[in-house]
Amino acid sequence: MDVLSRYNVKVAGPVDGQPMLFAHGFGCDQNMWRHVAPHFADGYRVVLFDHVGAGGSDLSAYDPVRHSTLDGYVDDVLEVCRGLGLRDVVLVGHSVSAMIGVLAAARKPGLFSRLVLVGPSPRYVDDGEYVGGFSAEDVDDLLDSLESNYLGWSAAMAPAIMGRPDRPELGEELTASFCRTDPEIARRFARVTFLSDSRADLARATVPTLVLQCSDDVIAPVGVGRYVAEQMPDATMVLLDATGHCPNLSAPEETVAAIESFLRGERLVPA
Amino acid sequence: MSDPEVEQVDVRQADVEQADGEHREGVRALDGFFAALGDDDAGELYDRAPCGYLSTTPDGTIIKVNQTLLALTGYSRADLVERRRFADLLSRGGQMYHETHYAPMLRMHGVAREIALTIVRKDGSRLPALVNSVLERDAAGAPRVVRTAVFDATQRREYERELLAAKERAERSEARASALARTLQQTLIPPAPPVVPHLDVAAGYRPAGDGSQVGGDFYDVFQVGVDDWVVVIGDVCGKGAEAAVVTALARYTLRAAAVEHPQPSEALRLLNEVLQRQGTARFCTVAALRLRRFRGGWSAVVACGGHAPPLLRDVDGGVRTIGRPGSLLGVVDEPELHDVDFALGPGQSLLLFTDGVTEARNGAEFYGDSRVEVLAAGPHDTAGSLAGSLLADVLSFQSGQARDDIAVVVLRVPPPPDPAALAHGQSA
Repeated sequence: MDVLSRYNVKVAGPVDGQPMLFAHGFGCDQNMWRHVAPHFADGYRVVLFDHVGAGGSDLSAYDPVRHSTLDGYVDDVLEVCRGLGLRDVVLVGHSVSAMIGVLAAARKPGLFSRLVLVGPSPRYVDDGEYVGGFSAEDVDDLLDSLESNYLGWSAAMAPAIMGRPDRPELGEELTASFCRTDPEIARRFARVTFLSDSRADLARATVPTLVLQCSDDVIAPVGVGRYVAEQMPDATMVLLDATGHCPNLSAPEETVAAIESFLRGERLVPA
Repeated sequence: MSDPEVEQVDVRQADVEQADGEHREGVRALDGFFAALGDDDAGELYDRAPCGYLSTTPDGTIIKVNQTLLALTGYSRADLVERRRFADLLSRGGQMYHETHYAPMLRMHGVAREIALTIVRKDGSRLPALVNSVLERDAAGAPRVVRTAVFDATQRREYERELLAAKERAERSEARASALARTLQQTLIPPAPPVVPHLDVAAGYRPAGDGSQVGGDFYDVFQVGVDDWVVVIGDVCGKGAEAAVVTALARYTLRAAAVEHPQPSEALRLLNEVLQRQGTARFCTVAALRLRRFRGGWSAVVACGGHAPPLLRDVDGGVRTIGRPGSLLGVVDEPELHDVDFALGPGQSLLLFTDGVTEARNGAEFYGDSRVEVLAAGPHDTAGSLAGSLLADVLSFQSGQARDDIAVVVLRVPPPPDPAALAHGQSA
């Protein structure tokens, strides 16, 4: 299976446009960008994809070893870039993919021209002075939540996940329902996401970076966004009026406007 | 002396009176019901609904709650309204789930149904809840309000936890059983047949279904003396542990018997006796073959106990069965068994197989003897290529789903070097 189908890559906009690669976070798929990405398709070559295990990706590409750390997901992002021959990439990453973007830019500095980090957190679990907002028990609690909510889901959806050519209606049902993830992969991705610690990598990503921070985000509190902006060599934080963890869904206009002015190189008003 | 007719009339009158009473009672209950409904104004219906209700702004700020929700959570209206968001009421893990799954789902679908979340009550205790939400939009499509119903799911969650634990236990024991079956199977079927000098030997085995059960098919190839070998193929009726016991018994009985009894029919007769003495209800079919090196090929004797006779393929592609049918083993005291002598010469192949081959089904159609014969007649350079193509053909005939175990053994005497090819090789 080629890279494009493995990650369910969707491309829009002018072929010669500067690439804008949108990476979705934990819990959803590229549909997270449905109100944001189309705004950039006039001038940019917009690239969307699903992480393995999410949305329309090839589940058989999930490798428990490769994907046991964020580095495996970084490999995936770089594979997408290589597969499409992208250069000078603007990477827009939401939630855990913000940090995947930071790690990718640290590893391949020449490949990316800018980073937009929506709701980033380099570490979710508190550590001494550092306040990530969560304890290790909270992460277990999340895994419990995932478990109980997949109870009714797994039996009905498993055939579609397994690939049942004899029952195509199951596949359609899966496509029609956004943000469905294979339960076992979701559990592992949750662990990788919420137990990750990428604080030391922030200083290594030197490209101009925009941190988009929501006003009231339980997952990535304002203090964490500020920490990210401070630790990165060339980052600015913009505090959105939007609340919650998904401004790309709840406040797409505000999100688009902030990204546009950053890309135009306008002086941002730091929060 | 009573008059039956009068008695019947009395009964009917009693029935009528009773029905009358029930009817009056019913009317009274209905009146009471409507009276209660009349008292139930919309506010009452909302406040005392049998589930917690709350309405929030699109960003989650609580703007309205009912009395049931307050009773469920222990909060007062003043604690919540315009002071907290719905997510604030959730456990930390629930908040993470809410932000990463629930809220996106609600935005995209407009509804979120039967989501299991844990609400933390004012006193810190936890309330397992099932939550439904709908997102209402204004005429322009902008989100206006989220309405949420909260159901106490304490007992359901407890039950689900038990189900989950039971499912995990079941999965673990299934994995153990499969591992056991695989290990056992490996002891019954040699992973690869031994190397026999001057004989090309190949075998194929495919368990039925997903291979999680030990099958009843077996084969064995072993040496008894110098240039003296025994080949057996068999099928024990049934599957699973009990069949595996009989399979092991059959295999090792035949190994032991071969030492004392050079005639295959004698070895099978001994196995028949052992099976009967064992008192098992299981019977089996076996084709046993004794091979002794003779000139450029092998001198062979075959006996079949209820098993399909092997097929001999000639150098020219002609195919014929070898051996006479005999009794099933383990059923009768005096089984009918016959030894048939034949020669297996250079370029000839002998094909032994179990009924998983001939009885493979595609709908109502069986794979049958004729397909085996046609396939055997085709050109094959090695024993492996014949065994492999037969196994593959039988599997594809059943769309890859073996309904029964399939075992195949092929013996082929390599042909002498072709003088023409040699000459050609020299001139090149």
